[in-house]
Amino acid sequence: MKDLQAKLGPNAKVGFSQAKMQNWIRIDKSGGEQLIVREVETVEDRTQSLLKRISEGQEVDKADAEALKKRKLVKPESWKTYALKKGPKFALEKKKPATELTHEMLQKGTWRDANFKAYNFNALGQPTNGGHLHPLLKVRTQIRKAFTSMGFEEMPTNNYVESSFWNFDALFQPQQHPARDSHDTFFLTNPAATPLSKQPQDYVRRVRDIHENGGFGSIGYGSHWKESEAEKNLLRTHTTAVSSRMLYKLAQEGFRPAKYFSIDRVFRNEAIDRTHLAEFHQIEGVVCDRGLTLGDLIGTLHLFFSRLGLPKLRFKPAYNPYTEPSMEIFSYSEQLGKWVEVGNSGMFRPEMLRPMGLPEDVNVIAWGLGLERPTMILYGIDNIRDLFGHKVSLSVVKKNPICRLNL
Amino acid sequence: MPIVSVGRDKLFEALGKTYTDDEFQALCFDYGIELDDVTSEQEMHKKELGSKGASKENIKGLSDEILYKIDIPANRYDMLCLEGIARALNIFNRRIPRVDYRLANMAGKQTQRLVVKPETALVRPFVVAAILRGVKFDAQRYNSFIDLQDKLHQNLCRQRSLVAIGTHDLGTVQGPFTYEALSPPDIVFRPLKQTREFNAAELLQHYQANDLKLRKFVPIIQQSVVYPVILDANRTVLSLPPIINGAHSAITLDTRDVFIECTATDLTKAKTVLNTMCTMFSEYCSTPFEVEPVEVIDAFGQSHVFPDLASRAMEVEVAYINRCVGVDLGATAIAELLSRMALTAKAVRNGQAVSVEVPPTRSDVLHACDVMEDVAIAYGYNNIEWTVPSTTAIGAELPLSALLELLRAECAMAGFTEILTWALCSRAENFTQLLRPDDGASAASIGNPATSEFEVCRTSLLQGALKTLGANKDAPLPVKLFEASDVILLDAAAETGARNERRLVAVACAKEGSFEVIHGLLNRVMDVLGVPLLGELGTGRSALQEQAGVGYEWQPSEDPTFFPDRQASVSACGKTVGHFGVVHPEVLAAFDIPYPVSALELNMEPFVFDQFYKPLHTHMQKPTAPSSR
Repeated sequence: MKDLQAKLGPNAKVGFSQAKMQNWIRIDKSGGEQLIVREVETVEDRTQSLLKRISEGQEVDKADAEALKKRKLVKPESWKTYALKKGPKFALEKKKPATELTHEMLQKGTWRDANFKAYNFNALGQPTNGGHLHPLLKVRTQIRKAFTSMGFEEMPTNNYVESSFWNFDALFQPQQHPARDSHDTFFLTNPAATPLSKQPQDYVRRVRDIHENGGFGSIGYGSHWKESEAEKNLLRTHTTAVSSRMLYKLAQEGFRPAKYFSIDRVFRNEAIDRTHLAEFHQIEGVVCDRGLTLGDLIGTLHLFFSRLGLPKLRFKPAYNPYTEPSMEIFSYSEQLGKWVEVGNSGMFRPEMLRPMGLPEDVNVIAWGLGLERPTMILYGIDNIRDLFGHKVSLSVVKKNPICRLNL
Repeated sequence: MPIVSVGRDKLFEALGKTYTDDEFQALCFDYGIELDDVTSEQEMHKKELGSKGASKENIKGLSDEILYKIDIPANRYDMLCLEGIARALNIFNRRIPRVDYRLANMAGKQTQRLVVKPETALVRPFVVAAILRGVKFDAQRYNSFIDLQDKLHQNLCRQRSLVAIGTHDLGTVQGPFTYEALSPPDIVFRPLKQTREFNAAELLQHYQANDLKLRKFVPIIQQSVVYPVILDANRTVLSLPPIINGAHSAITLDTRDVFIECTATDLTKAKTVLNTMCTMFSEYCSTPFEVEPVEVIDAFGQSHVFPDLASRAMEVEVAYINRCVGVDLGATAIAELLSRMALTAKAVRNGQAVSVEVPPTRSDVLHACDVMEDVAIAYGYNNIEWTVPSTTAIGAELPLSALLELLRAECAMAGFTEILTWALCSRAENFTQLLRPDDGASAASIGNPATSEFEVCRTSLLQGALKTLGANKDAPLPVKLFEASDVILLDAAAETGARNERRLVAVACAKEGSFEVIHGLLNRVMDVLGVPLLGELGTGRSALQEQAGVGYEWQPSEDPTFFPDRQASVSACGKTVGHFGVVHPEVLAAFDIPYPVSALELNMEPFVFDQFYKPLHTHMQKPTAPSSR
């Protein structure tokens, strides 16, 4: 044993117990000294062949592998292997997929090979940057176009402060008429009055005369006509105040057929609610010619309202101090399933026209309506304060379609 | 327009026919009145209190009779009661012929007299009167009689200021009557609904303090040294017009003979009111539609007999009617149509004209055009064939409007959103909130505003834009707004003393001041207007611009509305046309705006010129001499 140890060194113990177990050797202690005695002529070293197989990368029995593991002759190791091959998008340089087509891609032509990320279609696009027009004024623009394309000329309505003379008296509106009450009309304290001396004197005399005593076939109102009442300044209650100035001017300049229109603000001293404001926009149309008839008025209204998408009209007799005949205009609303009032119309009274100096056979037909109400119906707004004034939400201004009237 | 409430079933009884609501509405539509509402006293009470407030108890005493609320044109005083509505519709439906109103034949009888004393001229100068004999009242007729007086007082009588009606039981008083004006303490009587006597001065004070309904009439006479009074031969007070009647002569359901007096400041209207009362309720007289006249001796001793129930005769050309309505009717057909409108007419002058008798109920007929309208109504507005006038005229926009339409689009394209604000505002918004001095005489001022929201006409658009920012604090920043509208400026040279001026306002609101943004808009606006920048930054003017003298520039300014050193005034064509700058923080605080704002306000009128810079009109021109066309 000593010799063996000396000969083999540290390896002397390797496989010793295994060789013993296999009965290849025997330990003889009889001589007092341990002797190793060969028992067999040849051995088949299975361990060696197993290890050899493992080192050659060949498979071994699971039990053998476990046994070798126990003897710490082997230890398990695991590793992954990958096989790399050229794929369909094989390239020699590394690339990121693109989100947008870029200037550079166009310049270099790389858009051809660029890889684009999928677009998210479950989102809205970016809001636009431009400004927006106000819905009420979009409707105003379209109605202006309807008028001008029908041959109507715009009246200068940029005079909100008006004298009672032109707003009422020239229109043969009696001085005791309820509309001239402070409950309905804004009267001004500054400038409080327009002296009648500023008006054409002969015309003022004819207006006074027609109110007090009648004339041109009329019996008049038979009431005293007060100058101070006619001089009072107010915020015009209708754009017809301007129509009266225009018709007077037309008569002075020598009569010619005329068609006028305006869309501008008028003022009423009314309590504000869902449908009423102290100021609103009045649309007015006027046709002045020889021999105009009520049939002409009805025909003109059909043409006008058809352009506003209201082709079905009917007319109700009404009263208005300065028109005779007077007609309320009703339109059949398919939405509401009923007839709704959409405006007022009539022929101006001779008591208004003749003192101006218009020839006897000249008739003037006219109509008026508000701009706000049709706009509210068009844009589905049910409170006028959501349409006109500072409390209107900016999102309402920004989010509304174009006005398709008069297309 | 007055709304008259009538019992539906009573109305149908008078019309001799039962209608559905829709059928009746259709009849109203053709005639020119309107069925405004179908209700009852109970319904009205429920509506007033809401469904919770109206318990069974408090509607128990109210009638469930169906009421028609009918909207009557403001000139048809003869339709302010059931009797008048039924009569007009019956005639329209050809159910009854026209009604002839007449005065009783007083031959051999004593006509009642009413003597006017000269002092009445100091307070209420006119009086007219009439008598209805043998009237049979019942509760409904009586209520209708009272309601008609109320309706007339509200409308034609202008809250009793022009005319006041007094009705009396003639059986309780003794003619001749006098119309006097006496010192208030000398008028002593027991008024209607009072249990004791008052003198007139004390009575007016009583009403002023305690009576919501009568209070509003007190000022009509209170300041006068004498009050009007109607007395009978025994100095019994019939009425203290226009306030109250005496209790002594009060009408009851048993009254048979009714004395009607109307005192007035307007004689024409007094006659119309008296005629309306007489023609409506003479239906219930022992001789229907017959009215007993009263002789009024005026302050000059002149005698006048009232009422005047005579028809007024008019002759109206058939050609006039046809050429105004647009129909081709003969005189006979026209006369037939007019009879449906209670106007008696017959063909005259070989059918060239119709002779029309206008009854006393139709005070609205002033001119042939009123007759023409009645032909059109009876013919049916909706039966008239429509035609298109051959009038040739050229469509045109005003230069000012046309320019602003284009400029508004440019502002929107430049990223600004359009707003539209009111021309009326409070004095504080127009002045103090903008740190502008208010001398009380720099803005057109409203004398009778219903609310303090509308005290003045704006002299600047800026307050409206700032109010809009204040009301839209939740809008995502930046906010850029503009408005192109009119301001109203006092101008002694203008006919009325004030004129409009078309302005453009723009505001930019962001977390940091947007001075450059607003400055950029100014440059853009001037670019699109074709107005070149002057000075060192400018790129020069074209020959045309040079010749027209157009160009703009800005100079640092000291407007209190803007922040110091962050503001400038804009001048163009030789005058100041506007300002821009960072809005002063105190102004922002006044308008409740938490973020900095820059603003621009420009007068657009100097820029109304054509492509050759030739100025165009911005306001109405005075008439020129007739052209030789």
